[in-house]
Amino acid sequence: MGLLRNAWVIPAIPAASFFVILLFGKRLPRLGSEVGILSLLASWLLATGCAIQWIRLPLDHESHLRAPVTRGFTWWHTGDVRIGAGIHIDGLTVMMLFVVTFISLLVHIYSSAYMKDDRRFTHFYAALSLFTASMLLLVVADNLLLLLVGWELVGLCSFMLIGHWWEEKDNSNAALKAFFTTRTGDAGFMIGIVILFFAADRTFNIAAINHAALDGHIGHGVLLVGAIALFMGPIGKSAQFPLHTWLPDAMAGPTPVSALIHAATMVVAGVYVVARCYGVFWEAFSIGNGGINLVAIIGGITILIAAALAFVQDDIKKVLAYSTVSQLGYMIMGLGVGAWTGAIFHLFTHAFFKANLFLGAGSVSHSGSHHSFDMKKDMGGLRAHMPTTYRTFLIGSIALAGVPPLAGFWSKDEILNAAGKNGFAVFMVVGLIGAVMTAAYMTRCVYLTFFGEYRGHGHPHESPPAITGPLVVLSFFSVVAGLLALGQKFGHWTLNDVIEEAHVPEFPFAWSAAFVGTTAGLIGITIGALYYFRNAGPHRLTERSTAARRGYALLANRYYLDHLYTGVIVGGIKGPLARAAYWFNQNVLDGIVHGAAAGARGAATFTYDVIDQKVVDGLVNGAGASAEESGGLLRTIQTGRVQQYAAVLFAATAIFAIALIRWA
Amino acid sequence: MMLNNFLLLGAVLFCTGVYGVLARKNGVLVLMAVELILNAVNINLVAFGAFNHTIAGQVFALFVIAIAAAEVGVGLAIVLLIYRNRRSIDVTEIDLMKG
Repeated sequence: MGLLRNAWVIPAIPAASFFVILLFGKRLPRLGSEVGILSLLASWLLATGCAIQWIRLPLDHESHLRAPVTRGFTWWHTGDVRIGAGIHIDGLTVMMLFVVTFISLLVHIYSSAYMKDDRRFTHFYAALSLFTASMLLLVVADNLLLLLVGWELVGLCSFMLIGHWWEEKDNSNAALKAFFTTRTGDAGFMIGIVILFFAADRTFNIAAINHAALDGHIGHGVLLVGAIALFMGPIGKSAQFPLHTWLPDAMAGPTPVSALIHAATMVVAGVYVVARCYGVFWEAFSIGNGGINLVAIIGGITILIAAALAFVQDDIKKVLAYSTVSQLGYMIMGLGVGAWTGAIFHLFTHAFFKANLFLGAGSVSHSGSHHSFDMKKDMGGLRAHMPTTYRTFLIGSIALAGVPPLAGFWSKDEILNAAGKNGFAVFMVVGLIGAVMTAAYMTRCVYLTFFGEYRGHGHPHESPPAITGPLVVLSFFSVVAGLLALGQKFGHWTLNDVIEEAHVPEFPFAWSAAFVGTTAGLIGITIGALYYFRNAGPHRLTERSTAARRGYALLANRYYLDHLYTGVIVGGIKGPLARAAYWFNQNVLDGIVHGAAAGARGAATFTYDVIDQKVVDGLVNGAGASAEESGGLLRTIQTGRVQQYAAVLFAATAIFAIALIRWA
Repeated sequence: MMLNNFLLLGAVLFCTGVYGVLARKNGVLVLMAVELILNAVNINLVAFGAFNHTIAGQVFALFVIAIAAAEVGVGLAIVLLIYRNRRSIDVTEIDLMKG
């Protein structure tokens, strides 16, 4: 209990580390990286302790659940509304605390080698610490307002870290794009928070809002509007269609940042919020009734469009970025089809193997391809030169493809199983197609990077232990993390009262779904292997078929969504709006300004000619002239001779004295 | 007591002093003439004090003597500096303030 009640320390440590690194980092022997690594180590140990305490917590006799540990204080009062701030620790929080601190610790260690000799090494570590603190704050927050604080802070850190090398225009553009795109979603998110605040009788407390939604205290119409608005936040933050365009561009940041923020932790904040406020979404979208709903649709679309895009990328990090978008779609879809446990379990396992893959890609660029990420130009055949990186990357890819018994298999299977059993057959099919595509594009990625002839111009070698160490640890977790699903351990640990109250169904492991899911993964791997390793299938299709060429162009241009946003929407608003503003400016504002100016000018001319020149100047000049005249007269008596002055003084005194005596 | 005699002495001393201040060219002599004026005043003060049986006149006289000492100290320092700068203490030549 002790650790759980004091879990606020876990975000506090990296927050303190941020200030220490920022203020003293440059004077430390390792430029602040040691502070970051040690603080994360402390946080991670505490988070692990929390997890152990949570698992050992006795079950409640009535509900057979572990009661969440909450603690808080009143932040401020306005009128009779008390806004609280506090922590809410339950299975979901503990799981997130462990994942965030663990991945962050490994990324901190990895960066000490990867970012070595970077010009802003200390700032990089400061921002990493701030990011970790904000993410942990978001996770432990017991109310939406505090959660929003963490939410915006992670957005800020994401902006800072994507634009870490801001001297290049592309990087700063990517940072701005990420910031503005997620802000678009955040606008809705804030509206949603306010709607739910009023709907749930003026409280931001997440538990209270969930219960108010579930027991029918909030009308369905209001709840639906609130949930849709709230869902815009996750759409932006978790890079869901149609706001997913920022995530691939965010790969402009350093690779450890991509692994930590844009794969394992920050982008799952949206999934976390949906899972945390599940009562609201469950009721608002009637997920229990098995109908088609917004959450599942957005997730499903995202899975397919992002997986398709991953096929046409030459940049290894962009393949992984689209893969991340696609897997986030899996989680969101999982939440949309009532697979709550499956979705957060996928969040859990995905963090390990996706961080593994990103850090592997970083290792390849660091030591194998001379800081390039282009698979076609600078990679290939690296299997022989970088054995550790190759093996860990392969494990991560297989885990992502969903081959048993690796991590991705268990979580993907839970989502597919629940989708089928809850009556969402369409989404189960979407998930299976996604699984085939995922396996195929990862095969392509592994082939282009590690097989064939080396196409680069450097001297590829294995990366230092600070880089391969985290890779080995992560690949170990990519193998074993899924085993927590055995006996539904993960489900029991994370189950909370909201899920229980909503009667979200829990399904045991099903062989049929596992078989179908595994087959999908193997089909994908086989297609990829045949196409690339055996050179089978229709190669050079784009040169022969117009339809294929058009399809490729559609993918290469990312469905023209970027054109839609920057060209049509921004341009469309910008052009007419600018013209209207210009017309208004020229005709109305300028008219007023010109009229006012002309009037002012007339008045000013009159003032100048008559009042200023004649009256004021006349007075001033007259005063000056008269002073000069009288001064000229008076100067003659100023001889400068003291005795003469004294004589005048005595004479005057004598005259006054006589006058005084004579007439007084 | 014959007050008139004292007042007459004071008046003579005062006039001598005024003459010295106005007519003398030597700066030191001007200062000495100022002392004469002050002592003429002192005689009047003491005389009126004795005439009215009050100590105030003598107290005032003591104040005047003390201030005169300070005054002549400052005055002599000024004269000394003027002498250093101009090699002369002729007060008629010091007319820098001429308008």
